[in-house]
Amino acid sequence: MSALLTRALPGGATAALVVRPGRALRITAQEDGANVAALLVRADAPSERYSMADTLKAQFVAYLTAGNALYSDMGRVLMSITRDDCGWHDPLSPLPSDADVSARYGVRTYQQARNEMHRSARRQLVVELSKQGLGRRDVPPAIHFFSKVASDDAGRLRFVPGNSAAGDAVELRAELPTLVLLHAGQHPLDPAEEYAPRAVSLELVAVPPAPADDPVRRFRPENERGLAASEEALI
Amino acid sequence: MSGATALRDPATAALDVVVEAGDGWAGVIPAGGVLRIVDLHGNQAADTLFYDAHDHENRYDAQLTLARNGAIYLTTGSVLYSSEGDELLRIVDDTCGRHDTLGGACSRESNVVRYGGHVRDMHACRDTFTRLALEQGMEKRDLTSNVNFFMNVPVTPAGELTFADGISAPGKHVELEMARDVLVLISNCPQLNNPCNAYDPTPIRLLSWPPS
Repeated sequence: MSALLTRALPGGATAALVVRPGRALRITAQEDGANVAALLVRADAPSERYSMADTLKAQFVAYLTAGNALYSDMGRVLMSITRDDCGWHDPLSPLPSDADVSARYGVRTYQQARNEMHRSARRQLVVELSKQGLGRRDVPPAIHFFSKVASDDAGRLRFVPGNSAAGDAVELRAELPTLVLLHAGQHPLDPAEEYAPRAVSLELVAVPPAPADDPVRRFRPENERGLAASEEALI
Repeated sequence: MSGATALRDPATAALDVVVEAGDGWAGVIPAGGVLRIVDLHGNQAADTLFYDAHDHENRYDAQLTLARNGAIYLTTGSVLYSSEGDELLRIVDDTCGRHDTLGGACSRESNVVRYGGHVRDMHACRDTFTRLALEQGMEKRDLTSNVNFFMNVPVTPAGELTFADGISAPGKHVELEMARDVLVLISNCPQLNNPCNAYDPTPIRLLSWPPS
């Protein structure tokens, strides 16, 4: 399927785009070990935003892959994961802040490095939210695409390296108009000591609405009700 | 740390209230002050949100708290962090052993997703939280992922999330020592559709002591 829009997202860069029903956003890793932090907000009703808790408890999961729905805090599905080449995306971890990035990788300023400066996901994405009339109060929980964080039997969290490779893609079908804010930066639990955010590419593609036998709809009865609520909101 | 509990006598508490099932409570606990939440009848979920009392935009951040503690459950020694990376409070005593911060608060909307349209009009935590937020000059956009004290939500190494039988019991408690002045919002969960509270929400007791 040819893309309606293609855009490069270099390591350290940020993007904001609205994905409407009938479209899917495909994110493709350009390098091994990519990580993309994402925030989702309903574009036509920004007080409605992605809910980590409702997404996890509706589907009884602590990771995301194809077949999963990404729920808003209003009982509707914002986007569905319709393709996933790597099998695990992390819904648990925070956006690294400026302080986190400096503590991990050291300080590299614009004056020192021009646009190779160190940037943090939280700073960049709060700026992007602000351009939409939103702010610190509106930062929803993050999803880290292409990264894996698992817990052991005692509940200790562990970053699992090597979860994704160059060429892996994830596709997000919009069920409601969704403002998607993305930052291509390293995962906060990635132990790498060097600041080396990886590039990804973004494509918007045309997709049909979820059919009756859609894998996301069929994943659980909860998803059937969540997708029905999104469809109801578009009547 | 649990030894400290014996020193805190309910007779000297600055606050001693019972929050009935389905009701809410809001209040500021000062830096150095301690809040004890008691699960009076066992297996109740005390849904709780925290804000910097002087900057409500700086609020409890579940994801940052998980990452910095390196753990998916909260218990004695866990530090709860804000969205700006500040320490809000620390769990200094916990006779229950495990508390959840993934499952969030029930809402009328998410209840429909989870259980079906017939539960749409049932009372839910996020209506209580929204009412409390409005009373504090905030609104729904200020509600974030909360802590569910006394709730047991195990996550397996394969990434499955389960709602297990509670490990709390009558009289179990958790104590929180504030690192700054903290606004606390509590919704004592009215959920009637979840076996984790035996379909029977019950009261909790709140006690607080000023800084020692």
